Amino acid sequence: MNKIANKQVINDVLLEESAKDKDIVVLCSDSRGSAGMKSYAEQRPEQFVEVGIAEQNLVGISAGLAACGKKPFAVSPASFLSTRSMEQAKVDVAYSNTNVKLIGISGGVSYGALGMTHHSATDIATMGSMPNMRVYLPSDRFQTEALIRSVLKDEKPAYIRIGRNAVEDVYEEGNVPFELDKATLVKDGTDVTIIACGELVGDAKAAAEELAGKGISVRVLDMYCVKPIDKDAIIKAAKETKLIVTVEEHTMYGGMGSMVAQITAANAPVKVINLTLPDAPVVTGKSREIFKYYGLDAEGIVKTVTEQL
Amino acid sequence: MNLEAKALDIRKDIIKLIYSAGCGHIGGDLSVTDILVDLYYKQMNVDPNKMDDPNRDRFVLSKGHSVEALYCVLADRGFFDKKELFDTYSKYLSKYIGHPNNKINGVEMNTGSLGHGLSVAVGMAMAGKMDKRDYRVYAVMGDGEMAEGSNWEAITAGAHYGLDNLTAFVDRNRLQISGTTEEVMTADEQEERWAAFGWNVISIPGNNIDAIDNAVELAKHTKGKPTVIIANTTKGCGVSFIENKAAWHHKVPTEAEYQQALKELDERRAQL
Ligand SMILES: Cc1ncc(C[n+]2csc(CCOP(=O)(O)OP(=O)(O)O)c2C)c(N)n1
Ligand SMILES: [Mg+2]
Repeated sequence: MNKIANKQVINDVLLEESAKDKDIVVLCSDSRGSAGMKSYAEQRPEQFVEVGIAEQNLVGISAGLAACGKKPFAVSPASFLSTRSMEQAKVDVAYSNTNVKLIGISGGVSYGALGMTHHSATDIATMGSMPNMRVYLPSDRFQTEALIRSVLKDEKPAYIRIGRNAVEDVYEEGNVPFELDKATLVKDGTDVTIIACGELVGDAKAAAEELAGKGISVRVLDMYCVKPIDKDAIIKAAKETKLIVTVEEHTMYGGMGSMVAQITAANAPVKVINLTLPDAPVVTGKSREIFKYYGLDAEGIVKTVTEQL
Repeated sequence: MNLEAKALDIRKDIIKLIYSAGCGHIGGDLSVTDILVDLYYKQMNVDPNKMDDPNRDRFVLSKGHSVEALYCVLADRGFFDKKELFDTYSKYLSKYIGHPNNKINGVEMNTGSLGHGLSVAVGMAMAGKMDKRDYRVYAVMGDGEMAEGSNWEAITAGAHYGLDNLTAFVDRNRLQISGTTEEVMTADEQEERWAAFGWNVISIPGNNIDAIDNAVELAKHTKGKPTVIIANTTKGCGVSFIENKAAWHHKVPTEAEYQQALKELDERRAQL
């Protein structure tokens, strides 16, 4: 089991890059510990800003820094970052097109039993609906690293959501296929396509392996680039496979699955099943328990595919 | 009732609950305990069997992460079954989640995202004025939480509408997650800040039940403006090795620490 959380990778990449690029600034809102940003904060005090428990100010200050040439990374729990500071994200970042990278940590239902105030299962909908805002949900530590290195090279707004704990690797050291804004083909197949994002890509991959044993050929697309979403990969899947099942750690309306359904409906109608969290407060439990309850884990995905095919 | 003894018993429950569940915001629970005990065992007009009474006093735990303290007080006051709480807190499918939830008898408002409770309390106090009811409204904020700008909007409105039926507490324990409030984001001169916004300000030793009780009484007799009680507390109050340590914001005692904590609380109780 991999022990390195995606957030740790972000800390490490920013620590490394900030030594060469003095314009990189990390901002936290009493969140440096949960963000895995402690070593960055300690080693780059002059490129670190603590704003206290004030997420609106966090994003507003980031936009101001960006407007003056800095490269801010605002790192805060996804729940508060994507809702409390939503208007700052909309106006000061997206609309003003400032080079602010919003890093939502402990995303989705990572906080488990802490409940709905701490879940961020609406962030694809809120952030994705803003013109100019890109939305990324990387699947594992290798892809997280590739993504951060990539967005460090551009000067546009982005919202990146990662989970709290380490997750199983989807890719391998030295073999991380990555092209910005193109879905990654994790596994090719001809009967069904599973399109997943974030930390559920691992479950999609495991489900595909199990389904292969049952004689069902499954294509798995890692749609880490939820916005701009990879339309071509979706249309191709819609034309080449009989069923699309989307899997995401998000509520049912306005997430990645909704976008896939919208694109297929207009371009290549095919049956699309969205596996999501419900349009209701989620049950209490650890994130894996919650995934299981709502059929988002490998077992649930296998069940849906076999029933729907 | 001996409220000091009650506060020590509640502290023991908190420690047991967190230890058995394996999670909980222990530092902030122990710092806010005395405020809850004074409100729930002496000052507030609330009846577990009459939570639909429109004249009941209202309480909002804006620093919702201190939920274990609230749950232990509510369970002990008979709002729900203590055993059910201890058996299921934070477990799979439980309704006792890690932040206050109004599906639970006695909890008025869902909190957990900091910086909401005071605005909600302003609304509750306003409704009381509109309906000419004489209930009182209480809210507790953390000192780190006071960095949220929304609080200062609520403070402005509370004074603007002269909500003398509203009493706010700031749990001034000088710590938040990343360190002291003064290192993270200055919270000093809380008294001057609230006073400048037009509130009646009372600053007290916040783990002293008599002082809390006197302040709440004074607030009740203050007309024309809301009152804030700046409760100068000790985070982790009551357990020596938890006191004043940022690391104990959210941490579970080991078995040895658990035993030690209960022992210390028992000793304090014996000295009463
Ligand atoms: C809006 C929001 N931002 C961040 C958090 C995460 N958080 C939970 S507790 C806490 C620290 C609170 O410190 P303080 O208000 O001083 O409370 P206390 O010391 O009494 O525990 C933080 C940052 C949150 N719950 N809500
Ligand atoms: Mg505090």
